[in-house]
Order: sequence, then C-alpha cells, then structure tokens
Amino acid sequence: MKIEVKNLTKKYRDKYALDHLSFTLESNKIYGLLGRNGAGKTTFMEILTGQMLASSGEIIIDGENPFENQNITESICLIKEGNNFKRDLKVKHVIQMYSYFYPTWDAALAEKLLQTFKLNPKASIKTLSKGMESSLGIIVGLASQAPITIFDEPYIGMDAAARKVFYEVLLEEYEKRKRTIIFSTHLIDEASLLFEEVLIIQDGKLVLKEEAEELRTHTCAVSGSVEAVEAFIQDKEVIHQKKMAGMMTAYLFATEEEANAHGLHVEGIPVQELMIHLTDGKRSA
Amino acid sequence: MKNKLDETKPIYLQIKEQIEDSIINGSVDAHERVPSTNEFAAFYKINPATAAKGINELVDEGILFKRRGVGMFVTEQAKLQLLQNRKQSFYENYIQPLKREAKKLNIGVEDLMEMVNREDEDI
Repeated sequence: MKIEVKNLTKKYRDKYALDHLSFTLESNKIYGLLGRNGAGKTTFMEILTGQMLASSGEIIIDGENPFENQNITESICLIKEGNNFKRDLKVKHVIQMYSYFYPTWDAALAEKLLQTFKLNPKASIKTLSKGMESSLGIIVGLASQAPITIFDEPYIGMDAAARKVFYEVLLEEYEKRKRTIIFSTHLIDEASLLFEEVLIIQDGKLVLKEEAEELRTHTCAVSGSVEAVEAFIQDKEVIHQKKMAGMMTAYLFATEEEANAHGLHVEGIPVQELMIHLTDGKRSA
Repeated sequence: MKNKLDETKPIYLQIKEQIEDSIINGSVDAHERVPSTNEFAAFYKINPATAAKGINELVDEGILFKRRGVGMFVTEQAKLQLLQNRKQSFYENYIQPLKREAKKLNIGVEDLMEMVNREDEDI
C-alpha cells in the first residue's frame, strides 16, 4: 500500500509537532524511521494509524484517508513501545482479539511465535515482565500480516538474544510475504542493516529520506591536514566537522573514491552517527 | 565467509566481493550453486533487497546465472573473468595506496623495490 504524506502538520497551541511534512512511502519496503526524542515520530504514527487528526495537510493511503476508516485501519498494525494490551486480559485473549480484527491474521504463525518467545497463552498481561510484554507485541505485529506494519521501539526490556530472534523472524516473514514495515528505534546500530530506506525526522520536519545503500555509498568521513580537508570539502555538503592539532575530520556527502583521489584518509559513517549529526541543533544549514 | 559485514560500507558490494572471493580462491567452482538472496539475508540479518542487488550485478556481469526455482550458479568463465578484473584494479587498489603511504613516510623508490623483492617465508 502506498502512503502519501502531504504537508502534514500537527500543532499543539503554538508549537509544531509536525511541520509541513511531505514524502511518499512505496509498498513492501522496510523503512527505518529515525530521529531524537520529541522529533515527531510518534505523532506521525498516530495520524498514520487514524488515531489522531492532523491540524492541516493529510496522509493518503492507497487513495483513502485513514481517520476512522475501517478499510485502512484493518490494513495497518501499530505496535508501540508499551501499553499495547489491556492489563487484565490473558495472552490467548489478546491473540484472539487481534485475530478477529485483522483479516490477514496468520494463526499458525502466532502459535509458532508464542513458542519461539516462550510465552504462556494462559498468563495474564499484568503478570508479564516488560520483555515478555514486548515479545507479545512483536508476535501480534508479525502475525497480523497487515500490509502496513509499524514497530515503534517494540522491544523495551528484551535482551540482546531476544532482539536477535526478533530480527531473524522479521526477515523470515518478510521474505515469505512482502509488506511495508516501518521500524522506529533508537538501537540504530543493531537494526540499520534491515532497512531498505531511512527517514530522519527532526523538529517535525523531514531531514533526510534516502536508500540505506545510497547513504553508505555517498557519505563518508575524511581526515587529513586542515588545508587538505578544507580544499576537498569547499564545494560539498558537510554534515559535521572537527579540528585538532592541525588535523581535521569532516563528515560529508561524498564518495570514498573522490576522497581517496585527494589522498585523504576515508572512513564510512554508521547510520547512527549520521542521524546524530544531521539532527544536531547547532548544525548550520 | 566473513562473520560480520561493515555496516558503513555498501552492503551489496560486500556480498558481491564475498562471492567473487570464493570463486577466485576455488571454494566454489564453475556450475556450483552459491547462497541465495534469502540465505545471505538470513545469515547476515540484512534487507533481502540489498543482498539481491549484489547477486543481480554478478548475474549482469556474467559471473552467475539463474536457474529458475533452483538457485544461482557460477558460470564457466567466471573465475577467469574475475581474475582479469582484479588484476586491472590491483594497481589502484594496492599499488597506489602503497606509494602514497611510502611517500608520507619518506621511503624512496629503491627502498620500496628492495622490500618488494625481499624473500618472505610465508608468501
């Protein structure tokens, strides 16, 4: 399903949570939605899932508006970082409820994943640890098979081993049945290889939307003498720079080959660092 | 097989290089099957579209061929072709950086030649 975001704006009193956000998400890709706390990611996801109205602008999903639109809501599954389920329900009731709601629900997968994550169907939600509750969210999100599945920091309390299982299962299911997955996380180093495209939001605005492989190809950190680095970067878009003892490092949009040809020392930039520098308030545009 | 990929460099190029290396060093021969997109994706936990890009480039370059429903296989001329390509890029990938570093350290051409000609036990 195609998601078109047009001039999407959400205002709380005189503060913009989303500030004229525009972009299009194509079907069946895994998107990484990144940004610092308070950047507007959660507001965006709430409008996308039809739980909130925009102040102005709109989101169009396959030509339709998501707000209180059942066609759309049963095609989207949002798993938040917590409080996804009522406290006094049992695990099996949660599974049952979601199976009624999503026409695409895969009961066999839900069953299998309960075993993978060692969840007892008879346990009630309030007795689950934080990590187990997160596992249940992941099971519901994956088993929904919703054409648009959104994971917003879905693994609070899950240890590294359990998160690894999540990545494995996510990829396995995605390979079997392609769908749009929007994945928002602060654990960027762990998850960045899963993304086909990366979106970075800051202060309600889109800072970057690019294929992950393009980012790896067209961004790098170059180091050398201040003179040499400044000569190289003068006509390029610089993300961040630092100097020490006559040496300089610049993070910028350039290929490794270009920088090599100038005899500079070149390194790649992890997506995590790119996000940090691109959303640095002090950065001069 | 590398255990981990460098997440700061294009992933499809690393997948491509790995397949190339295993053809060059003989661990996969002509007409043998190489891992599929999904196998690479599962092994490294990477986006399948990314893995597919590396494999598809090798198909376009005539290094691999697709047998529908069976998988990806190494072509007859793959090894020869890869060796030729690698020899061509040897100068810029190895000799040029070597000369640059030598210049930085004030190592002259004679010293460099002496090092190249030195008998190393392990080579």
